[in-house]
Amino acid sequence: MARKSKGNNSVTIYPDWCKGCGICVEFCPQKVLGLNDQGKATVVREANCIRCGFCELHCPDFAIVVKNKEEPVEVEMENGTPKPKAKAKPKAKGKGA
Amino acid sequence: MPRRKKRKEIFALGNEAVVEGALLAGCSFYGGYPITPSSEIMEIMAARLPKIEGGVFLQLEDEIASMGAIIGASLAGRKAMTATSGPGFSLMQENLGYAIMAEAPLVLVNVMRGGPSTGLPTSPAQADVQQARWGTHGDHPIIVLSASNVQECLDMTITAFNMAEKYRTPVILLLDEVTSHTREKIEIPNAGEYEVFSRTVPSMPPEWYKPYEETVRGVPPMPPVGSGYRFHVTGLTHDRNGFPTQRPEEIVELLERIHRKIDQFFYDIQLVEEIRTEDAEVCVIAYGSVARSAELAVQQARDNGVKAGLLKLKTLFPYPRRHQEKILAKARTIIVPEMNMGQISREVKRVNMGRASVRTINRIDGRIVAPSEILKVIMQG
Amino acid sequence: MSKFAGNEIIHQYLRHNKKFPHVLCAGCGHGIVLGTLIRSIHSLGIPKDDVVVVAGIGCSGRLAVYVDFNTIHTTHGRALSFATGIKMANPRLNVICLMGDGDALSIGGNHLIHAARRNIGVTALVLNNNIYGMTGGQSSPATPEGATTMTNPYGQLDKSFDTVELARGAGANFVARGTVFHVNRLEKIMVQAIERPGFSLVEAITPCHTQFGRKNKYKSPVDMYNWLKKTAITVERYNELPENKREGRLPIGVFVERDRIGFEEQYYAMQRQLLKPAAKGGK
Ligand SMILES: Cc1ncc(C[n+]2csc(CCOP(=O)(O)OP(=O)(O)O)c2C)c(N)n1
Ligand code: SF4
Ligand code: SF4
Ligand code: SF4
Ligand SMILES: [Mg+2]
Repeated sequence: MARKSKGNNSVTIYPDWCKGCGICVEFCPQKVLGLNDQGKATVVREANCIRCGFCELHCPDFAIVVKNKEEPVEVEMENGTPKPKAKAKPKAKGKGA
Repeated sequence: MPRRKKRKEIFALGNEAVVEGALLAGCSFYGGYPITPSSEIMEIMAARLPKIEGGVFLQLEDEIASMGAIIGASLAGRKAMTATSGPGFSLMQENLGYAIMAEAPLVLVNVMRGGPSTGLPTSPAQADVQQARWGTHGDHPIIVLSASNVQECLDMTITAFNMAEKYRTPVILLLDEVTSHTREKIEIPNAGEYEVFSRTVPSMPPEWYKPYEETVRGVPPMPPVGSGYRFHVTGLTHDRNGFPTQRPEEIVELLERIHRKIDQFFYDIQLVEEIRTEDAEVCVIAYGSVARSAELAVQQARDNGVKAGLLKLKTLFPYPRRHQEKILAKARTIIVPEMNMGQISREVKRVNMGRASVRTINRIDGRIVAPSEILKVIMQG
Repeated sequence: MSKFAGNEIIHQYLRHNKKFPHVLCAGCGHGIVLGTLIRSIHSLGIPKDDVVVVAGIGCSGRLAVYVDFNTIHTTHGRALSFATGIKMANPRLNVICLMGDGDALSIGGNHLIHAARRNIGVTALVLNNNIYGMTGGQSSPATPEGATTMTNPYGQLDKSFDTVELARGAGANFVARGTVFHVNRLEKIMVQAIERPGFSLVEAITPCHTQFGRKNKYKSPVDMYNWLKKTAITVERYNELPENKREGRLPIGVFVERDRIGFEEQYYAMQRQLLKPAAKGGK
């Protein structure tokens, strides 16, 4: 499923937030990313991105956003809190009882 | 005087009276760790609070956790307290500083016993006075109250909660073992006969709320955690949003405000009782159980024709200097009896500045200061 | 793996009036823990107003200031005691503690075992980087034997705590370990920890290259993540390994799942009992 979207994804890096730790570069399975001469991550092969999510999930500085060009995620807000995706269970929290 | 409803009378220990006062003031959270001679406060709370809707009693693993828990409860909107003695008071100091910095209202009762260290667990002392003032590190304001009899234990506990809420600050109530273990008749005030003050909550939309904003009183409103006002609380020096800061002007603003909010209300905070001080040439300044002995000594001295008076301190800090100034207009001699090596007498001397002759009576042997001892010094003039 | 809350969602949980990037070092695992925590809360659909993050002191504690929840940065080691007070005062809130290994296991060790014993309904996240990060790389109770630190320049002599066993022994309701390399698993664990009543503890192994890695032969932050990738193994597989193959492996997953109700629920149930008209005058 994820793989299908190859060629369909955009990878954005916010250089102001990137600290150049290199985690995303090292572990991207498709070698989409590289480090530029300022030591910041950059996108070198966007077309190869399979939107596996590794870089987004592991960037300690929340500096990468990967999106599907065709169906970008709309962040819906409810009372200042982003609404979880459709299937999320609004069940009573054990600890909130 | 308007006719008043008869008050309920009970025989109570000083420690019991503290609990009565706390509950009247709206205390609904107690967190503590047992230690003589304060334990009765905890035990009675353990019996009473669970029977009050929403009342929480918690025995923690130590005094550090006790302070942590009541600060947490305070931030969550509760009127919270703890009680301890000497060694436990020492353990509470770090989080006491946190409460000052985070401006978390709470009441800390310290029933003083002989020290240092484990000292004299069952004997009275008043040796934590300067620790109450300066026990936690850094420049800080603090309100320290005391009580000299069982009725005052009740009244001053209510006052302590009111001041804590009004000024968003921890308030320390210093008792001594004598007062806390005396049993005597006290009156429980009826509802409406005493003031109950609760913290001001914000009255603006959450996005506009700044948790540590300058206000006229210097006391920012305080919402309970989880009520829709999301903000940051920290013991780090912080800006108006509560975020840590290193900016000189913001550091100064914060520290000055937390001092000012207390200093400028000296007339509300500094409580004393003036007993025959109007014409006193020899004036005793005392607090706690020693003030009781002093009152007797002053009466006896008056009977012997000496113009003696007593300035009984109910607030120890901020030190009621204006009241001392007033007695200095007449007094040649000031006598300061204390169950320590001279802790409030330092304040007395600081204000006196060489005007009257200051004589101290210090007991450090775990015995009370008897009226006769004070009378003897009064009679020496 | 296609359905995850990406950074666009994370950004909605960050405080927009705070400066980013945050103060932590490049590659510090703590940031990943924060992201994972946000994702778990998001997936549970808990409103921001109902979340209280109570942090200790350390690099780990600095995280709290960046998230748009109710955040309380306490004193070193004492987060759990503040959290206990908050939870008892208002059991409706989801209270989550962020603590470092020094914070939770050393200075706050007593509070940790008692929170677990008491089974207070708080989720404790221990960000274990095997070192005192903030103060410059001194040994913590989680520093492995033989490691070099500022206060053990000749090698750590004493044994380190096993956080999981400690929490298990103290009676925690839920105990798990994850790493910031295995984030999806970590998120799942965190969701379970937050959902489960009573005291839950999650140990998140998070590299500190600056203070631990450099002195212990990890040349870059990436080396530390490779180390996590290599050493971590699910607890199920770990248990199947013969004793002699376990050395040096780090079991991750859920270790303890008990079903005791939280202390706060117990307490308020007792209160309701006491307040029942019939029970008046009873014990
Ligand atoms: C009472 C007290 N003692 C010592 C310190 C200094 N101190 C600040 S953070 C810290 C250790 C932090 O280590 P850890 O808890 O592992 O967090 P990390 O920085 O590694 O995330 C120490 C000792 C303090 N703030 N308060
Ligand atoms: S993981 Fe984040 S901070 Fe590190 S190099 Fe990649 S984008 Fe930059
Ligand atoms: S989503 Fe996966 S494939 Fe795409 S850039 Fe990130 S790590 Fe590489
Ligand atoms: S010192 Fe270590 S724990 Fe602290 S921010 Fe840097 S990498 Fe993270
Ligand atoms: Mg650490």
